[in-house]
Amino acid sequence: MSTAKNPAHPFPVASEITPRAVYHDRRRLLQGLAAGAALATAPAWAQAPQPGRLAALPGARSALAGAVTMDKPTAYADTASYNNFYEFGTDKADPVRAAGALKTRPWTVQVEGEVRKPGTWDIERLLKLGAMEERIYRLRCVEGWSMVIPWVGYSLAELIRQVEPTGSAKFVQFVTLADRAQMPGLSSSVLDWPYVEGLRLDEALHPLTMLAFGMYGEVLPNQNGAPLRLVVPWKYGFKSGKSIVKIRFVEKQPKTSWETAASSEYGFYSNVNPNVDHPRWSQATERRIGEDGLFARKRPTLMFNGYEPQVGQLYAGMDLKRFF
Amino acid sequence: MPSDGGDALAPRLGHPAAPRAARGLSVNALLVRRATKPLLFAAALLPFGWLLHGAIFDALGANPAEELIRATGDWTLRFLCLTLAVTPLRHWTGWHALARLRRMLGLFTFFYGVLHFLCFAWLDMGLDIDAIVRDIGKRPFILVGTAALLLMLPLAATSFDRAIRALGARRWRALHRSVYATALLAVLHFFWMRAGKNDFAEVAVYAAILATLLGWRLWRHFAPRPGA
Repeated sequence: MSTAKNPAHPFPVASEITPRAVYHDRRRLLQGLAAGAALATAPAWAQAPQPGRLAALPGARSALAGAVTMDKPTAYADTASYNNFYEFGTDKADPVRAAGALKTRPWTVQVEGEVRKPGTWDIERLLKLGAMEERIYRLRCVEGWSMVIPWVGYSLAELIRQVEPTGSAKFVQFVTLADRAQMPGLSSSVLDWPYVEGLRLDEALHPLTMLAFGMYGEVLPNQNGAPLRLVVPWKYGFKSGKSIVKIRFVEKQPKTSWETAASSEYGFYSNVNPNVDHPRWSQATERRIGEDGLFARKRPTLMFNGYEPQVGQLYAGMDLKRFF
Repeated sequence: MPSDGGDALAPRLGHPAAPRAARGLSVNALLVRRATKPLLFAAALLPFGWLLHGAIFDALGANPAEELIRATGDWTLRFLCLTLAVTPLRHWTGWHALARLRRMLGLFTFFYGVLHFLCFAWLDMGLDIDAIVRDIGKRPFILVGTAALLLMLPLAATSFDRAIRALGARRWRALHRSVYATALLAVLHFFWMRAGKNDFAEVAVYAAILATLLGWRLWRHFAPRPGA
């Protein structure tokens, strides 16, 4: 590939080409210079992850009702640098620093439990299972902030149909990777590892529930849950497990990691609900990352994160204060 | 104040007292320099300057509001530890001139505490007084943090020389002992905040430091004094 050996060759060596990240960032760089603060602000943007460094993973714009919000997508630099991924540390800046070495190939997902076709799914096979769609979802964290993320993937229902759940499958449990060699956060006892999450089967089958392999037209960065993760847009972010290795169909409601850690604070359902407060964070409002100014009032949080028309009927007649 | 217990013990335990005194003296000589206070003042403003710079140039990461609220809280705890370390350090090291820096450290604790509250009230609550009051009533960790700050208010208000004279040294000292309650409330506030995420590593560091500083005071209060 190197052309440096041949001086007659007209193409520049790779190292002479302006890195794509710098090129992408030129506007911000110029602004920084203009402000006379380029030197001081350099570390902040230099560390922020930029798009264009990972493999492309395009998806066709989804036609599913509610799957493409009109809200402005959050900057990639924020989405890929501000993460709760405790396997890599509890600080939101930890995952982007520590997840770089995560090996996402080879990768398999084991499907087991109450299904007629249990088995091990290779990531390459999963990538080809459904047509890749781009869906722009709101993501609401239980901590009171939100983002808007263009995910790439398909409905989890596509996989569920393939494995044929039996009549006794009532819930789906998601088990995520817990590898001490690759995940420094596992040495802390913040949670019981591996991180497990769960959905009711009808929630898992809802077309908005997504198996995501990419975001912003590229494969997922490790810190966002590569090579595949769950995205359940009407529930708080922690319900959407990252770097999934096992999907288990069960009859009884499975315990989730956060329920085990603090059952009075985190319920199994954890639907976004402005009327049910968390003891530490008000859930009535939220701050949209990168958009709402520092002194702007926070915006009101919507019932089911604004997906009530699509998912409200799943919870008809349920006391959502009790089943929070 | 009675004579210094640590120094009185030193010869008896066979420590060479002379080099220790000499070392203490040189640090004391530095501490009493006229430039010491302005230097400390400038140093104590550095975190504030850094955060202000970050806020103006958008260098505080994806969630600047959260970063400001957390950083001002961290610095309040750090200055609280520094303030409470002055008296034990004087006894352990003989750097008695540290005493002249204590008031400034205490006032900076209050300064960062007020900033912390302002960041919460403004950035988190949008300066909505009703919402703030409701939040204080609803969330125990906010209540405890607010109490810690309010307890500091009379201390800051009586920090100048005339207030000490007006109150009398004994009553002034009694009033200022409430800083111990502030320390306990501040750690509880931090503990409860982190309890939501089961993440106690940092809390443990501050708790250990404050337990040492307050425990030493308790021990000194109840332990029989040598030569007394």
